[in-house]
Amino acid sequence: MLKKEKSDVKNPTRRDFLTTATGAVAGAGLVGACWPFIQSMNPTMDVLSKATTEVDLGVIKPGESKTVEWQGKPVFILHRTDKQIDEMRASNGGKDPIEDEKRVDVPNWLVVVGLCTHLGCVPSRKEEGWLCPCHGSVYDNSGRILKGPAPTNLERPPYQFLSESKILIGNNKV
Amino acid sequence: MNKLVAWIDQRFPLTQFVKQELTEYPTPRNLSYLWNFGSLAALVLVLQVITGIFLAMHYKADAKLAFDSVEHIMRDVNYGWLIRYMHSTGASAFFIVIYIHMARTLYYGSFRKPRELMWWSGQGLLILLMATAFMGYLLPWGQMSYWGAQVITNLFRATPFIGDQVVIWLRGDFSVGDATLTRFFALHYLFPFIIIAAVGFHMVALHYVKSSNPSGINLQAKDNIPFHPYYTIKDFFGFGVFLIIYFVFVFYSPNTFIEADNYIPADPLQTPAHIVPEWYFLPFYAILRAIPDLFGGVVAMALSIIIFAVLPYLDRSKIPGGARYRPFYRLLFVVFSIDVVVLSYVGAKPPEGGLILVGQIATFMYFALFTALPAISIYEEKWLRRRGLPPEVEELITAEENQRDIREGKTQS
Ligand code: FES
Repeated sequence: MLKKEKSDVKNPTRRDFLTTATGAVAGAGLVGACWPFIQSMNPTMDVLSKATTEVDLGVIKPGESKTVEWQGKPVFILHRTDKQIDEMRASNGGKDPIEDEKRVDVPNWLVVVGLCTHLGCVPSRKEEGWLCPCHGSVYDNSGRILKGPAPTNLERPPYQFLSESKILIGNNKV
Repeated sequence: MNKLVAWIDQRFPLTQFVKQELTEYPTPRNLSYLWNFGSLAALVLVLQVITGIFLAMHYKADAKLAFDSVEHIMRDVNYGWLIRYMHSTGASAFFIVIYIHMARTLYYGSFRKPRELMWWSGQGLLILLMATAFMGYLLPWGQMSYWGAQVITNLFRATPFIGDQVVIWLRGDFSVGDATLTRFFALHYLFPFIIIAAVGFHMVALHYVKSSNPSGINLQAKDNIPFHPYYTIKDFFGFGVFLIIYFVFVFYSPNTFIEADNYIPADPLQTPAHIVPEWYFLPFYAILRAIPDLFGGVVAMALSIIIFAVLPYLDRSKIPGGARYRPFYRLLFVVFSIDVVVLSYVGAKPPEGGLILVGQIATFMYFALFTALPAISIYEEKWLRRRGLPPEVEELITAEENQRDIREGKTQS
């Protein structure tokens, strides 16, 4: 008893150090222990393995569009006519301006994620582009936002042409 | 029996507890029926937990099975239709009861000192209730369920820097999917128990500060009556009236609160032409949409719920109580109520034409009323004083001030 008191009096910071060190180790351990649980809520391996989609373009006639599923999201593939291409080349979009050239790899084929960039509804196809039923965002035939609450253009998914008439949407790695 | 009670009393304060919190618990004698809604909320909570547990015995939380399992409950399970309609109607009933409970608190100023912790825990309960209702709504896996969850989880994109990752993490998938459904089910089952714990806190605080009452002042001991039998009987009467109305909906109009589109199985590639949230989210949804910017909208919506927390500090009047004896405060309350109704209407309609502007004005009003409260309450006090306060109120205020001076050690004498 006496000895302990003495050492406390002599060296009070020693105890502070021990308390802080214990607290720090326990705290770090707790935070570390959370990590696997937080990670377990991220997409699982089987979800990630469905990360690419192959699409045959042959069936889409000029002027038509097709909706395919990629990572559970709709992707719009629009086979644009020459007239539509000319129209799109002539404009620069709206709120989020960008040239049409940067929106496509091959001018005839527009590939965009079919989720409104506002809150994620699926816009419906109109002659001049797409109209979001939820809060009325309007997109043109280049997937660019013209008006409405959506902040940005329809997103361009990563894709590559496997052949003239086949594309692969998504990266092989995620 | 008496022996058993005596045996327990030696080991656990049973008799003492019953006496203190029930048979001798002092309750103001002037409570109106508006004070029934707390116990009503507890009743609905119990109903929801019980019906929910029985539903969970037949429900399958799997994107491929969920929709059919709900239909299975409705058609094949004995009395499944009853249990399911009680649960779905109960969700709406819960919000009606809670909103009336809150409106009463606002009107009579029950949130004011010393009941701030009751007010805040109640607000926490509201947020928990909203989260539980929102997650439960996904479980039937209909079109409205799916797109409601899609839109609301998307709100988290407004998180700075890591927005996209947060959304994917919440969903466990790139869009709402099987993983989302399973975790919503797990949490929908968990949250009610957190709610029960929070209700416990709410009750402990209540039994410490005691019930408020329509007069807005703390009554003297002689104006209190024991909770049992006077208020047990009154609460039970309230239960009876509530259950009649509730079962009219359950039996005769159970689909009043269910969107027709939710009888279409979820389709990730097709948004319904017009999506609306459940009625109890409409005002907040209208505020979200009023701001033409994702981040701003989310912040405004969050603020519209959190802002209630500062009310006890915004009300700067020294006049005790709420709207009953304070004409300006009453006016604010009425305008606020109308504003919330307008917002609900706007939230239910597609955002077109003039309605967008109406929504923006109503949103502005919503926040303006809170902001104006300090100035108005101070002015109101001056105005009331000029017209002469009843001497009793005068006395109360001085007593209150003296007490504070003593606490702060500023006694002049
Ligand atoms: S989700 Fe498309 S406009 Fe809001």
